[in-house]
Amino acid sequence: MYKTNLKILAVIDNLSKVLEQVDEQLDAEMCPMKTRMQIDIAVEELFVNIANYAYSPDTGDADITIETLDTCPIPEDCRDGMTPEDMNGTWLRVTMSDAGTPFNPLSKEDPDVTLSAKERRIGGLGIFMVKKSMDHMYYEYKDGKNHVSICKKLR
Amino acid sequence: MLNIQKQINGSEATVCLEGRLDTTTAPELESDLKSFIDSITKLVFDFEKLEYISSAGLRVLLTAQKIMSKQGSMKLIHVKDDVNEIFEVTGFSDILTIE
Repeated sequence: MYKTNLKILAVIDNLSKVLEQVDEQLDAEMCPMKTRMQIDIAVEELFVNIANYAYSPDTGDADITIETLDTCPIPEDCRDGMTPEDMNGTWLRVTMSDAGTPFNPLSKEDPDVTLSAKERRIGGLGIFMVKKSMDHMYYEYKDGKNHVSICKKLR
Repeated sequence: MLNIQKQINGSEATVCLEGRLDTTTAPELESDLKSFIDSITKLVFDFEKLEYISSAGLRVLLTAQKIMSKQGSMKLIHVKDDVNEIFEVTGFSDILTIE
């Protein structure tokens, strides 16, 4: 099982570097294409959030940990309805930390996905997509830092 | 990387996208669309070679849809399954015309 730590300036121009690191690990695990796209989207949304908002109007670093695990990384009290089979397999956990403004992305209300084009507001979709496509998402503010992690079963 | 190829015939435009429509590339598409969208009544996106779309790409599509709803029509063709699934989850499959 692998673990990569990455400290990188949280700017949009560095997004491709972050995704490269993630994809490298996913490819090594022979992650299915659909799951890979979902993970890329989630990583993009989280990193772009830090780049756009955490240190605004300044910039700062993001600490990113990418891990593949052979045990389920979802905390026990969040495993509602999961069977042992659900928990088996290879998992990915990505954690992003920043020392910017405290912000819990999970506290944002989900957009109403039933509205028409005219009524739909631009934005607010990113975190919703992450919540929908990942198996688990976690936030905590600790030691002056935001920590967001996402978990996804690869296969 | 995103490759944008467009064909404009009078008031009809077809835009073929190849690659990834994400935070880095969505602004390119947005400014490209801005340069001609006011003069057309029919907009077609060919997504045959689009591999990936994130919320930044969805935002551009929603903006285009809002404009085209007022002045004509917009549709997406040849959408791949993985991309289509993103539209399903986000409710965009009800907003957009996907063929």
